Amino acid sequence: MERVGRVDHAAAAARFTADAPRTTWHDATLWFAREKRDRAAAMVPEWETLRERASTIKEHTLSRLDEYLERFEAKALANGAHVHWARDAQEHNRIVHDIFQSRGVKRVVKSKSMLTEECGLNPYLEQRGIEVVDTDLGERIMQLRREAPSHIVAPAIHLKKEEIGETFHEHLGTPAGMSDPATLAGVARTHLRERFLAAEGAITGANFVVAETGSIVVCTNEGNADLGTSLARVQVASVGIEKVIPRLADLAVFLRLLARSATGQAMTVYTSHVQGSRNGQELHIVLVDNGRTVQLGREDFWRSLKCIRCGACMNTCPVYRRSGGHSYGTTVPGPIGAVLAPGIDLDRYAALPFASTLCGSCTAVCPVKIDLDAQLYRWRQRVVEGGMTTLTKSAAVKVTAQVLSRPRVMWTLGAFARAVLNVLPSGMARLASGAWGRARQLPPAPRQSFHAWYESHRRNTAPREGEGEGEGDA
Amino acid sequence: MNRSSSAARIALFAPCFVDQFYPNVAIAALEVLERLGVAVDVPLGAACCGQPAANAGFERDGAAALRSVADAFARYERIIVLSGSCATHIRAHADDVGGAGERVAERTTELCAFLHDEIGVAAVAQLGTRFPHRVGIHIGCHALRGLGLASPSELLEPRFNKIRALLETVQGISFAALARPDECCGFGGTFAVGEPAVSSRMGRDRLADYAQGGAEVLVSTDMSCLMHLGGLAAAAHARYAPPTLHVAEVLAGRSP
Repeated sequence: MERVGRVDHAAAAARFTADAPRTTWHDATLWFAREKRDRAAAMVPEWETLRERASTIKEHTLSRLDEYLERFEAKALANGAHVHWARDAQEHNRIVHDIFQSRGVKRVVKSKSMLTEECGLNPYLEQRGIEVVDTDLGERIMQLRREAPSHIVAPAIHLKKEEIGETFHEHLGTPAGMSDPATLAGVARTHLRERFLAAEGAITGANFVVAETGSIVVCTNEGNADLGTSLARVQVASVGIEKVIPRLADLAVFLRLLARSATGQAMTVYTSHVQGSRNGQELHIVLVDNGRTVQLGREDFWRSLKCIRCGACMNTCPVYRRSGGHSYGTTVPGPIGAVLAPGIDLDRYAALPFASTLCGSCTAVCPVKIDLDAQLYRWRQRVVEGGMTTLTKSAAVKVTAQVLSRPRVMWTLGAFARAVLNVLPSGMARLASGAWGRARQLPPAPRQSFHAWYESHRRNTAPREGEGEGEGDA
Repeated sequence: MNRSSSAARIALFAPCFVDQFYPNVAIAALEVLERLGVAVDVPLGAACCGQPAANAGFERDGAAALRSVADAFARYERIIVLSGSCATHIRAHADDVGGAGERVAERTTELCAFLHDEIGVAAVAQLGTRFPHRVGIHIGCHALRGLGLASPSELLEPRFNKIRALLETVQGISFAALARPDECCGFGGTFAVGEPAVSSRMGRDRLADYAQGGAEVLVSTDMSCLMHLGGLAAAAHARYAPPTLHVAEVLAGRSP
């Protein structure tokens, strides 16, 4: 899980696309999710109003995050929960470990939580003798394969059912070649049921926490969060501080958007509200910052914290669909990952804001209207300001920019380049045009630019009175 | 720099690559505008809006180019740009460069947006152009989401497409039905160079969609997208290598 060095998205994407049939399949799989989202959204006449409302609620809440978090804490404490505050990933992991260790918990089940992925909680607990079993099916598959999720909603979306069959054969003893999804799901259910029954501790994430009620809201399709928290005596909810919303009434807005945006379902199968714990059980809520307050303080990027982790921007992103989630080298991949990650470590993730054509589909699909493409553009400026771009690119762009801001120079060089391109054999012209030319041919160069044509065909016939300084075209 | 002295209040801007590689597009646009009775100037003094540099993260280096655009077009009431992408960049960023930047940003539009919104489809129909071909419309992402030339497929709003509305005035034209009508072609400026694997894969996927729709010609507001798509088809010696035309060329009655 440890990732070191700079992420090279282009190289990872080149490896991914080298398998053309698999790229076709991956693209189609994610596009199918996008189309399901389109159909589900179309069933809601007030969809665009809901998006606007959701965006407004999130921006309002983020503008007074401290107030709402303290309100949430007070309510949660009154409900009988324990509330912990973690500054960063290390502190979060230490708190969770202390909770389990001090209560003699050795076996833990965990429902899907991208925050615990972000914090690297699993290896931290495992190194200290606590067994953690991911109970979301996709995450369990990833855990068995010792891989990171490639998508925040569908962690194993990059795998085909045959590959999952192999993983089950290797780790769960199913017959070789078994790949029927229903059969594999049955095997997983039996396998996980034993872990649920044996677990003393349960970890969940949170899709939302409600300040008004002090409750945690977890949305799943598998019921695994409910099973874990109902059976285990110690429950931990790891919550990013941006997850708080003011009122239960606000939740309705988000629940109508979340599943439709994520999977095209009207609702997730389970929407569980956890408010306190039953007799004999303990509920611990860990509120985690881990860079979020720094991002909140960035004028250009704080709106990224509105994200409700639906994954719609990944499904719609033409780059993500053809490069796979692992190419981003982050817990959260895709467009939202590419605006969050540089805020954590600009040098390491400098490539991510460039892993986009700035087509803007992500911004248009986002249920909370995060201006993702604009933030990617602004991160690009920061990367260059920070000197984290490659030298050749930097020099080439500077020279080009100089030329392009001087029309006379450009037109002179342009005429030269057009002439050269026309006399070179096409192979050499392609070579001369660098990375462009490896896959694409340049258009045949015209003899004359438009400006030259205009000078000779129109300028001389235009009325001449009141002319400014001459250009010397006589 | 600006020597043009006609009374025209409307300017035509052929951005750098259109000027250098596709002069015929600008000539066709000029012809269409003139036939519709729109007097336009082509002022010297601006070559490029600086978008290639800015999108690569060199906004500061691109600012000089953008400033030259602001200066060159300061006196015009309308600036018609022959690229949805460049028009979007000018509209979004020209107010950052000072001078006439803010005014130029507000007054900048793109050819199809201008024809549809300010000249009107009925007037364009009077051109009486014939183009007996099945056309694959390629709408550039910035023309789509930046300028609002069509309703993006993500948004739940009434469907419209101004490019198609203009082309529907042309006699004999028909349109290829696409599986993904507004998927990005993968050009993306420096993306095409920085991420060549995904960029070319995206382009080939677009070509496959146009092929299944039976598009005989690809038509767009943005020659950069068409340069990418046409270049991919040509380099691969693909069986499917449709000619590419700007909307202006179709309206001007050019053949593919």
